[in-house]
Amino acid sequence: MEKRCDSPILEISGLSVSFQMYDNTFGRKDLQVISDLHMRVYAGEMLAVVGSSGSGKSLLASAILGILPKNAAVDGVMRYCGQNLTPAPQRRLRGNGIALVPQSVEFLDPLMRVGTQVDGHGKRPVKEGRDRGQSRRKIFQRLGLPRATERCYPFQLSGGMARRVLVSTALIQDAQLIVADEPTPGMGADQAREALRLFRAIADDGKAVILITHDLDLALAFADRIAVFYAGMMVETADASDFQNGQGGINMLRHPYSRALCRALPQNQFEPVAGFQPYAGSLPKGCPFAPRCSYRSQRCEQKTPPVRSLRGGEVRCFCADATL
Amino acid sequence: MERSERDSIHKIRRILGWLVVKILRALSLLFAVSVISFALVSASPVDPVQRYIMGAGPVSQEQQSLIEAYWGVDRPPAERYFNWLSALLHGDLGVSLLYRRPVAEIIAERFGNSLALMLCAWVFSGMAGYALGCVMGMNRDRWPDQCIRRICYLLGSVPAFWLGLILLMVFAVMLGWFPVGFSAPVGILDSEVTLWQRLHHLMLPALTLGLVSLSNIALHTRQRMIDVMNSAYVLFARARGEGSLTLLWRHGLRNTVLPAVTLQFASFAELFGGSVLAENVFSYPGLGSAVSEAGLGSDVPLLLGITLFSTLFVCVGNMIADLLYGIVDPRVREVSR
Repeated sequence: MEKRCDSPILEISGLSVSFQMYDNTFGRKDLQVISDLHMRVYAGEMLAVVGSSGSGKSLLASAILGILPKNAAVDGVMRYCGQNLTPAPQRRLRGNGIALVPQSVEFLDPLMRVGTQVDGHGKRPVKEGRDRGQSRRKIFQRLGLPRATERCYPFQLSGGMARRVLVSTALIQDAQLIVADEPTPGMGADQAREALRLFRAIADDGKAVILITHDLDLALAFADRIAVFYAGMMVETADASDFQNGQGGINMLRHPYSRALCRALPQNQFEPVAGFQPYAGSLPKGCPFAPRCSYRSQRCEQKTPPVRSLRGGEVRCFCADATL
Repeated sequence: MERSERDSIHKIRRILGWLVVKILRALSLLFAVSVISFALVSASPVDPVQRYIMGAGPVSQEQQSLIEAYWGVDRPPAERYFNWLSALLHGDLGVSLLYRRPVAEIIAERFGNSLALMLCAWVFSGMAGYALGCVMGMNRDRWPDQCIRRICYLLGSVPAFWLGLILLMVFAVMLGWFPVGFSAPVGILDSEVTLWQRLHHLMLPALTLGLVSLSNIALHTRQRMIDVMNSAYVLFARARGEGSLTLLWRHGLRNTVLPAVTLQFASFAELFGGSVLAENVFSYPGLGSAVSEAGLGSDVPLLLGITLFSTLFVCVGNMIADLLYGIVDPRVREVSR
């Protein structure tokens, strides 16, 4: 996977994920967790997918890698470097082009030494002139991990070391696309910044990074673009600068939910938005944010707004212009 | 260098301390078992003197009292217990009333036979049970799982003697593949029995005993394997491109084999209990059949001796299980580092 791509590394259009649930009274029931998602990530770019818990953002990572549970149904098109991501290429690209960086040490086998675990299972061709141990050592050095780490078991790692070990699993794969799923919860502010700095460095190295997080503030400090996820729907994609209080203020933002998120930050008004996110299975008919939105009209309650481009970003809202 | 030396000394100290505690516990358990079993035998209608006399022919009342006085049976139970205990501590388990030979000798001889039987059954149930458990766990709710699981439920709920009788009927009587009983062919000198003949006699009882304890380990391993396959680290391994076989090889076996082995060592009690039934069905001359003979024949010294010995046997099994965790599981082993 040495070839560079000028087109987006990952392009997702119209992705929907639903789960088939069986309950006693109604028989089969489809639970839509991601609806009609569009997204592009380019090389050298870090895209943050921001949403509160329960918005379905972690399932996005599983969908990209093709490791959703068996009762999940996927619809839509995903392309990796222009190649259609159907199950066969997904299988090939797992561990070999697309890498997942999971959130905690729980994702390491408790009974396997870290070195063996980072090396992986040997599907990946060894680069010429270097054996795997050597490249692992090099990566550990780059991440500031002591060499003895490879002999440790996961329970012997400190939080920060575990984070770097998890990152090293992506680096050793030499993946073009790195999906980091909630890499910061449970960390102090300094540690979290340190972690995101690692991902920023990876992106600056020419890889594409998707950062899945609920921490908008942190994402703003490191990501190039922010995609706001709400109830399984990408409501807005915008440059990170649009979220900063600048000349335009948060009014640069297109979607009422993104603005609400922004206003809820401590350094802004610290103002929560009333109501709560609907869960999959009890989604409203139209725009999922409509019940909490002060700009809602009849149209919002009837129809789901389509994706459209606006001021250099993308938004799903009927009233995006009106709210300026 | 110095540090690693200090570490290893520390480690050895820790293991020794652990052993001392374990041995003290085992001794106190043995003591408790000896008290309880002695009390139970004293309170039971089992009468060793009557048993002895039955073998010797009719005796007068005076002669009987003389025998009782000679054996010390007329003393209070506490005194009898301490007499027995002090003999025990001197390594004397007494003389069997049925065999008229020292109890220790009989236990040694019978345990040799039982050990062969239990070892075969133990290895068979461990390996087959573990393998079946892995197959079930990897194929959760698909047909291999459903088939094997039902068989396991069946085996787990069937009594050992019944299964033994069925196997005996089918393989020994109807098909004639195996001998009907005993540990060697009848009418041959012990020194002339070949290893193959011994194995041939051992197979059916071992199979019975193994099949009975197989479901336990298989169902346990199945659940462990399902837990492992649903774990976060397996999800991550899948995200890194590992297929089912690699997952089984790299993570499944690693995380299920230790609990399985531990469970196997901790199941010595069931194994011994099962061997009593299996040995009786197959008239196999092991410790299990000796214990029922001793019970039915009022052979008190032999009964108490075997009780203590089997306690020790189960204790050792549990101790090995504990020790294994400490040695093999890195989370326990390297925690001091």
